[in-house]
Amino acid sequence: MDTVRLAARLREEIGQANVLTDRQELRTYECDGLAVYKVMPALVALPETTEQVAAVVRACVDAGVPYVARGSGTGLSGGALPHADGVLIVTSKLRQILDVDPDNQRAVLEPGVVNLDITRAASPHGYYYAPDPSSQQICSIGGNVAENSGGAHCLKYGFTTNHVTGLEVVSPDGAVVRLGGKAPDPPGYDLRGAFVGSEGTLGIATEVTVRLVRAPESVRTLLAAFGSTDDAGAAVSSIIGAGVIPAAIEMMDALAIEAAEAAVQCGYPAGAGAVLVVELDGPAAEVEEQFVQVERHCELAGAFEIRIAADDVERALIWRGRKSAFAAVGRISPDYIVQDGVIPRTSLPGVLRRMGELSAERGLRVANVFHAGDGNLHPLVLFDDTVAGQTEKAEDLSAAILDLCIEHGGSITGEHGVGMDKAKHMPRMYSDDDLDTMQLLRCAFDPEHLSNPGKVFPTPRLCGEVPGRHKGAHPLQQQGLAEVF
Amino acid sequence: MPADAVLDDLTKVTDDRVREARPDDAIDGMPSRYVATPASTEETAELLRVAARHGLHVVARGSGTKQRWGNPPAQVDLVVETTAMTGVVEHAAGDLITVVRAGTPVRELQDALSGADQQLALDTAIPSATVGGTVATDTSGPRRLLYGTMRDLLIGITFVRADGVVAKAGGKVVKNVAGYDFGKLLTGSFGTLGVITEVALRLHPVPATQRVVSVEEEDPAAATRAALRVLGSQVVPAAVEVDQPTDGPVTVAVLLEGIEAGVGARTAATRTLLGAGNTVGEPPGWFGTYPFSADDVGLKITSTLMGVGPVLAGARSVGRRHGVPVSVRGSAGGVLYASMPSDTEPQLVALVLEAMRTVAATYDGTVVVLTAPAETRRGLDVWGPVAGLDLMRRLKDQLDPDHRLSPGRFVGGI
Ligand SMILES: Cc1cc2nc3c(=O)[nH]c(=O)nc-3n(C[C@H](O)[C@H](O)[C@H](O)COP(=O)(O)OP(=O)(O)OC[C@H]3O[C@@H](n4cnc5c(N)ncnc54)[C@H](O)[C@@H]3O)c2cc1C
Repeated sequence: MDTVRLAARLREEIGQANVLTDRQELRTYECDGLAVYKVMPALVALPETTEQVAAVVRACVDAGVPYVARGSGTGLSGGALPHADGVLIVTSKLRQILDVDPDNQRAVLEPGVVNLDITRAASPHGYYYAPDPSSQQICSIGGNVAENSGGAHCLKYGFTTNHVTGLEVVSPDGAVVRLGGKAPDPPGYDLRGAFVGSEGTLGIATEVTVRLVRAPESVRTLLAAFGSTDDAGAAVSSIIGAGVIPAAIEMMDALAIEAAEAAVQCGYPAGAGAVLVVELDGPAAEVEEQFVQVERHCELAGAFEIRIAADDVERALIWRGRKSAFAAVGRISPDYIVQDGVIPRTSLPGVLRRMGELSAERGLRVANVFHAGDGNLHPLVLFDDTVAGQTEKAEDLSAAILDLCIEHGGSITGEHGVGMDKAKHMPRMYSDDDLDTMQLLRCAFDPEHLSNPGKVFPTPRLCGEVPGRHKGAHPLQQQGLAEVF
Repeated sequence: MPADAVLDDLTKVTDDRVREARPDDAIDGMPSRYVATPASTEETAELLRVAARHGLHVVARGSGTKQRWGNPPAQVDLVVETTAMTGVVEHAAGDLITVVRAGTPVRELQDALSGADQQLALDTAIPSATVGGTVATDTSGPRRLLYGTMRDLLIGITFVRADGVVAKAGGKVVKNVAGYDFGKLLTGSFGTLGVITEVALRLHPVPATQRVVSVEEEDPAAATRAALRVLGSQVVPAAVEVDQPTDGPVTVAVLLEGIEAGVGARTAATRTLLGAGNTVGEPPGWFGTYPFSADDVGLKITSTLMGVGPVLAGARSVGRRHGVPVSVRGSAGGVLYASMPSDTEPQLVALVLEAMRTVAATYDGTVVVLTAPAETRRGLDVWGPVAGLDLMRRLKDQLDPDHRLSPGRFVGGI
């Protein structure tokens, strides 16, 4: 690739200051939140408008150069890992909240807007933006859209995909396309739904319209300490079995508690084998009654201490331990892998037991933090890179945990995405036909594979067929994977 | 190729569950040649492979309640009925999910779930509709306000492509971001991307108590104001429905669901919000039904919340102007259905449609003609303008390059 020529064109299109080629400056962007993978991009572009994003994409198309979108770079699957010969398109200069519209319960945002800023802008009107990843103080709405991010409150309120009603997208041919808007149910295929969670492989979101949710009348939060994760899990089962859907139920095991304690002194009850953070929200009378039920379920399941947040300050304190858990693990281990897998919630006790065996077999510790309501586990595999062989063992253990999730009918990722990191695991969850079918969508949007290539799918599909003129053998037939008539 | 050779090949797959089509097997007036009723995903796949080999145009049919929605197919050679693929494959009550075969009537699914006090939190106006048909047409009802629509409840899908390849996406856990969300693409695809054979669905507990607070308002503007007061409040209604007959008062009905203690307090709050003349009771008879019957003209009109009042008022004034009785019903969340009698002059339907499209577009919305007598529909652009059509066509070309699945029924002639 002729970087110099491409840089010159980009400077013309989006301005001198918005194109970076200096190695020192590029280094800032060589990895996302999954720092084990590092690649220096050829160029970084910092467009300021949709038109500039489209101009950068068209320049890439003309030069046949791949490009990767990047929001805040907090992704944990290497989704925003640059391409060495490509352009990294960073949305940090697209940070305007374009419209806060409480009358229609919507907000319209540029892709670089930070998740928490949406709620900040909406709260004076009595509204908030529901999906709340733990990284919400930094991650961007564009990144949330790409990853279909979740958060603690997604058990009741759903994920990013349930809250995005419209998108403006620069498609991989450089066209600006609108998918949905403020009104519900736009006619046609739900391309907006398919774009959410597509991890930057179907183009770049340049504007996002989200639902704003009316702030609840009442919020009650408790922290319950149990002797073991089994007891805590039993409490979760009986709460859900009673038909209560809390806003959030989060669990941490002893090791995760220890880490959080070391990092943020959250003061969780000493000696707990597991804690649950349970939050209920909604109309006051409803919440009061159900909160009493939740307390009772916790007690019956063996909680030895229950703390109830008296106000927002105490609530924040309870949440602090949970929200800092990933980074906190750094306090008790030199290195760690954040895993993200999903199991049917009811398989929790068996899965945790097996995970204990797997970690004992390899002599490594696993701290567990999870969204207990929906079975989304975040096992943190602790290791020391300076000890010979430990990194490999940790990776092996981490992969074995994913296998365990798949065995139980779950998923290899609940919210962090496939990205670079888990593309190789996709065939464990889906058949070749499934993956081939998914890639047909990719071919519809990006037949040249320029938008974030090498992510999500282990092997790219050729999109050679000219639409409507399907001739010759199907690629699956050629590979011997499908029956030939 | 003689026709019986095709029948022979189809018979090899489904034995006696294939036959020559009768006149009443016509899909929206378009006669078919064969009808097959596969009993499994695998059989469906084999059938579609035979269809691919013979270049047959295929339309999937559940219980057939919405075959006159959208445009008639341009050609039909084979009707694939899903009605032999029925039953709940799995109901994991503790995980609040179910896996169900596409031909299962929604009502049967709900019955099966009710034993565990659980439900698919989606209203179906026509309860004989199958699960697969409900996914393919993306229908929803009053409680969409709280629970969302099929796209929010569907967590996994198995479908058969035009070339007979079986594909799965999603899974059976509620939280899962591995791979593209094909369930979203199949939802509302009207049979143009594949034949859906099995879906996994997220469930909700059946609420202990339901109560409806209703009020009759003098005109659309007053009704909308009442509805918006509730929508902007903290009572968390499961539904806020409006019913606007051709003339006379407009009713607003608010559905509250939950535990007894909570619903009591929320009912009181809702009564205050709705103001004088409100009543508390069971859902009214019209609740969750379309304002049109099978032969009428039925429109689906969407808008922002602020557009609901103008849509209601617009329907009345346009109806009066053209002398057409137009009634409207639906969610104050911005999804309304309008009805005109079956014998309305096609030109008048076209005028009303155009006027309503203008109103809806002002509020970011659209108007789709869900159903209408065949001769009326022929002259109409039933789907209206669609953003992103170019990408939709490219998607169709990838999944069904020869355009053999329900050709012509969907947006932009897809
Ligand atoms: C401490 C910590 C806690 C976290 N907690 C959670 C959590 O609770 N829940 C959760 O779901 N995730 C969590 N994450 C993961 C991460 O924050 C989310 O995936 C987030 O959505 C990424 O946003 P970002 O702006 O940082 O995106 P980036 O990391 O910059 O990019 C992520 C992906 O999005 C693509 N992308 C970015 N912008 C666009 C755009 N405009 N258009 C198209 N594609 C784009 C990129 O190409 C890449 O594939 C956590 C991460 C950290 C570090």
